[in-house]
Amino acid sequence: MTGITRESKKALTPVSKKGFFRTLAGQWQLMLMSVPMLLYVLLFNYGPMWGWITAFQDYKPKLGITGSKWVGLKNFEWLFGRADFLNSIRNTLAMSVINLAFGTISSILLAILLNEVRSRSFKRTVQTVTYLPHFLSMVIVVGMAQNIFASDGAVNGLLKGLHLIKEPVFFLGEGRYFWWLVGIINVWKEVGWNTIIYISAMTSIDPSLYEAAAIDGAGRFHRILHVTLPGIKSTFVILLIMNIGHLMEAGFEIQYLLGSSVVMDWSQTIDIFVLQYGISKQQYGVATAAGMFKSIVAIILLITANTVARRLDEDTLI
Amino acid sequence: MITASAPRKRRLHRDIAFPIVNTLLLVLLMFVTLYPVINTVAYSFNDGTDALRGNVGLWPRVFSLKSYESILKDNAVYQAAFISGSKTIITTLLNLFWTGMLAFTLSRREYVLRRFITTVLVLTMYVNAGLIPNYLLISKTLHLSKSYWVYIIPTMFSCFNMIVIRTYIGGLPDALVESARIDGAGDIRVYWQIIFPLCMPVLATVALFVAVGSWNSWFDTHLYCGGQKELHSLQYLLKMKLATTQASANAAKTSAEALKSTTMTTPITIRCAITVISTVPILVVYPFLQKYFVTGMALGSVKG
Repeated sequence: MTGITRESKKALTPVSKKGFFRTLAGQWQLMLMSVPMLLYVLLFNYGPMWGWITAFQDYKPKLGITGSKWVGLKNFEWLFGRADFLNSIRNTLAMSVINLAFGTISSILLAILLNEVRSRSFKRTVQTVTYLPHFLSMVIVVGMAQNIFASDGAVNGLLKGLHLIKEPVFFLGEGRYFWWLVGIINVWKEVGWNTIIYISAMTSIDPSLYEAAAIDGAGRFHRILHVTLPGIKSTFVILLIMNIGHLMEAGFEIQYLLGSSVVMDWSQTIDIFVLQYGISKQQYGVATAAGMFKSIVAIILLITANTVARRLDEDTLI
Repeated sequence: MITASAPRKRRLHRDIAFPIVNTLLLVLLMFVTLYPVINTVAYSFNDGTDALRGNVGLWPRVFSLKSYESILKDNAVYQAAFISGSKTIITTLLNLFWTGMLAFTLSRREYVLRRFITTVLVLTMYVNAGLIPNYLLISKTLHLSKSYWVYIIPTMFSCFNMIVIRTYIGGLPDALVESARIDGAGDIRVYWQIIFPLCMPVLATVALFVAVGSWNSWFDTHLYCGGQKELHSLQYLLKMKLATTQASANAAKTSAEALKSTTMTTPITIRCAITVISTVPILVVYPFLQKYFVTGMALGSVKG
């Protein structure tokens, strides 16, 4: 992200003396290859922003945006007076923090373990296996999770076998387990995939650092601690900050598919709230307002994160 | 002597112990990763009534092909497979066609619209209008809902993929384009005859990302084509089975005996069988593309 802006700043756009429009006319083939996509993106990514107007309306599809009644900030007032909306903000933040913590720790750990493997074929096998769940659809993953975490499933079987529990635990039927289940399932699905970035950061560490450390008498753990971890520090910080920018995105599919009416209080995220009120109950104005609130907080978080990242990039990280 | 050899011994000990512990941990991780997958396959080959007892492990308890037989008799599955397959192929080809050309133009320093278009595109990674405005645009303004085109038209662009391709093209020597331009080739020809053939590795990566995304999507069906049986995709079929399994699992708790006597194939084995069928295409292409997507991810993450 930072790369793009920096690069485009540096890039000299050689507008020749002929002037902008003559140069442009000379580049008609480049335009032919890019402008259709530009128009497409303007329509499909920027076009819908027109719909944000409905957040300030009592929107009725029949009347359209021009005919619907204006209500000012009433939709927002209504939202923040509702316990289930505030609850869905809490759930969104809780699950994304859990996902972030679990995801970061697990993928760094796995990357370190993989980095210490000497046998190439074994390393490749582990990578092939652990990347696999990333390509499975959430529908499939949730289906598997329902089998595994069922009251007669593998996890309960294991816990009983270890004599940790006597009665089966209803992982799927009790709200207090929901956030953690989502965290665990996401780790299972993405841990391998997320190591790719860390492993590529580790391969760019100068091998002579390891040799020097070994000569100085550093054992394996010291080499990990003093060479590997500092080597991935910048990647870690950048990814962490970017992820903080995405804190409003707790994922949507997994909560929608795994949740049920029993665990609603713990599973409903802002996205699901929007879906319920917007599509099922057809309260478009309220749902748009909720979505708009989420987008605006996300933009603020992203801009803050980006600014921090760029400052760190310039000062501390290099 | 004793004081000198003791730490060395300990270090030696550690150097043997660590690889063993490490290997064991990674084997355990592979087991945990594969267990749910194999478990699902085992369920799909298990007898339906027996599966109600739950806890089928890594191997079917009572082997049966009934679930697959009943699926392969079901026309809805064929129809859904056709929808999923065709939309995946069309979406992937359209994405590659447009995104490749777009990335090429944005890799050209002299292109005067380069900065403007790049900014417009990159902003889409940050700002999203949200579910309802998108829904209103696609279904009310463009009237794409309840039609096959809703799978194709709104999914033609991804900024991340564009950046991956552009970074790759940026790594190619500039002289390639320059010499061809001096020889009188236009930009369109330069792209299709010189750059495009060189981009095969990165295009394979992007093709995998797009194809998997399209193949795995169910929410578009749910939102726009839920009522159109002939437009259901495989994943949506699975999503509906997921709901019915939950319901019937609850029913099974109350009247397990009644269910046992009447049903030979229960939804859980059927669901697992559809899961297996819908995963096989991914499993087939995935190992061949692995070396490409790892480079692709590294490229994308450097710039993205």
